[in-house]
Amino acid sequence: MRRRVAPYFLLGPGAAWLLLFFVVPLYYLFELSLNSGVFGSYEFNWHWENYSDALSLYDTQFERSFIYAGLATLFALLLAYPLAYTIAFKAGRWRNVLLFAVVAPFFTTYLIRTLAWETILSDQSPVVKVLDAIGLAPEGHVLATGGAVIAGLTYNFLPFMVLPIYASLERIDGRLIEAGKDLYASASQTFFRVTLPLSAPGVVAGTLLTFIPASGDYVNAQFLGSASNQMIGNVIQSLYLKQSDYPAAAALSFVLMAAILILVLIYIRFAGSEALMGEEAV
Amino acid sequence: MGERGGGAWRWLREHAVQIVGVLVVLYMLIPIAVIFGFSFNDPAGRYNFTWVGFTLDHWSNAFGIPELNEALLTSLKLAVLATLIATVIGTLMAMALVRYEFFGRRAANFLIVIPMATPEVVMGSALLSFFLLIGTFNLGFETLLIAHVMFCISFVVVVVRSRLIGFDRNLEEAAKDLGASPFETFRLVTLPLIMPGIFGAAMLAFALSIDDFVISNFNSGTTVTFPLYIFGAAQRGIPVEVNVIAMILFFFTCAAMGFATWQQRRAEKMASVRPEQESTIAVPAGAPAAT
Repeated sequence: MRRRVAPYFLLGPGAAWLLLFFVVPLYYLFELSLNSGVFGSYEFNWHWENYSDALSLYDTQFERSFIYAGLATLFALLLAYPLAYTIAFKAGRWRNVLLFAVVAPFFTTYLIRTLAWETILSDQSPVVKVLDAIGLAPEGHVLATGGAVIAGLTYNFLPFMVLPIYASLERIDGRLIEAGKDLYASASQTFFRVTLPLSAPGVVAGTLLTFIPASGDYVNAQFLGSASNQMIGNVIQSLYLKQSDYPAAAALSFVLMAAILILVLIYIRFAGSEALMGEEAV
Repeated sequence: MGERGGGAWRWLREHAVQIVGVLVVLYMLIPIAVIFGFSFNDPAGRYNFTWVGFTLDHWSNAFGIPELNEALLTSLKLAVLATLIATVIGTLMAMALVRYEFFGRRAANFLIVIPMATPEVVMGSALLSFFLLIGTFNLGFETLLIAHVMFCISFVVVVVRSRLIGFDRNLEEAAKDLGASPFETFRLVTLPLIMPGIFGAAMLAFALSIDDFVISNFNSGTTVTFPLYIFGAAQRGIPVEVNVIAMILFFFTCAAMGFATWQQRRAEKMASVRPEQESTIAVPAGAPAAT
């Protein structure tokens, strides 16, 4: 008997907190998104027009968010995989030092890291001069362009890509790689047929952990972009906190959440859900 | 000459992965170096974006801006409280999920994963809608604490759970065989062994809380945390002291991280009573998805 109620007691406080302050607020967000009226006298009347209005007014920002987040995820993957591979297989006694370097950016405030990129990418910086010289900085500008926002997103979410890939590479049984070599596979064949498929759960987890926060982010667009690089997060933030147009902002939030959920579900259908739910949860 | 060039080329090819890896690490560290370097800058105007000259003034004046101190204090208070609450209830949840089979386990797992898969801007705006519509809470420290505990719980559960999964239950059996009560077993065997996991989870929660901007931006009312102060100051020019405090926080976190690794090694030694047990590599606290 005691064993049967015990898990519910242990689970209780946390589950209650998450239900009350995560699930219930989502319901209120939904309710607010169907309100109409002006600030101070909102009224709930199934005002679905909020959704069509929000989508037709801000479709460019939505599109831009997913393009920026998608590109940042791709670049993060291209940077993270060699690094994770190095840490897992080549680092030797430097492994912990490198792992430390990967999480080190987390120890400085997110906003300050982003502001540091503002310094690095400002027009006077040597980095921009070099980029200009090799033709990657049109007219000597990087700041206030889409490229700067994507670079910021890539940088800020890179550890979320490195760590899961590292974790799945580190878990690979070395004998499998040996077997590949014993069977006369070349180094690249071994990599593509053995190592890469075995690290897939890490890649799936990493891409999700990068894409999801990147698509809702507004700090990078705020500091590194211009008015024409606004993402959907900027719109939601400004509608909520500056213009007090809560119903429209709530509708946009809800659409963002739904869009991400749909993308994630499609992605998981192809890539498997172990990475997201944790092995024993499947 | 040609042969030597070929040798260098071969070396490059053989070490291509490591070279890229090291370059990526440097890329990750550059902004930290910039923050550190510019904490010694002596900017001419209000903007600390171009290098003017070296000074130690801002390090000696690190706590000389009252609003900044107040924001930092609020952030620290918030992070400590949120960490304590989230770590305790998150650890309990992890115990339930790893140790028991029960009805609703899948739903509970889902409930824990879904906040991690939700963009912060959605969580922030949902909470604000909730607080505005029910009207019982005044936006401020209280609502910030509620929000911070909420987004920390899932990460605590994931980190502690991964520690519990690798747990050797025989050690608990042994304690019981030797006459320990369930509570004694928990306090003297289970808790010390999962302590590194709990400590890592707490550190992650603390880092998430003290660094949070987006959700706090929605739910802070007039309360100002450290990130909110920076955001507010960004428009009118950020004082160099912000860089100094960021670096102080950085060094403190590094020290805590070192302590956590040391503690984990110790716990592993404790647990490696059985000779065939392999020592596990310390996955750093910032690895939420490492399970």
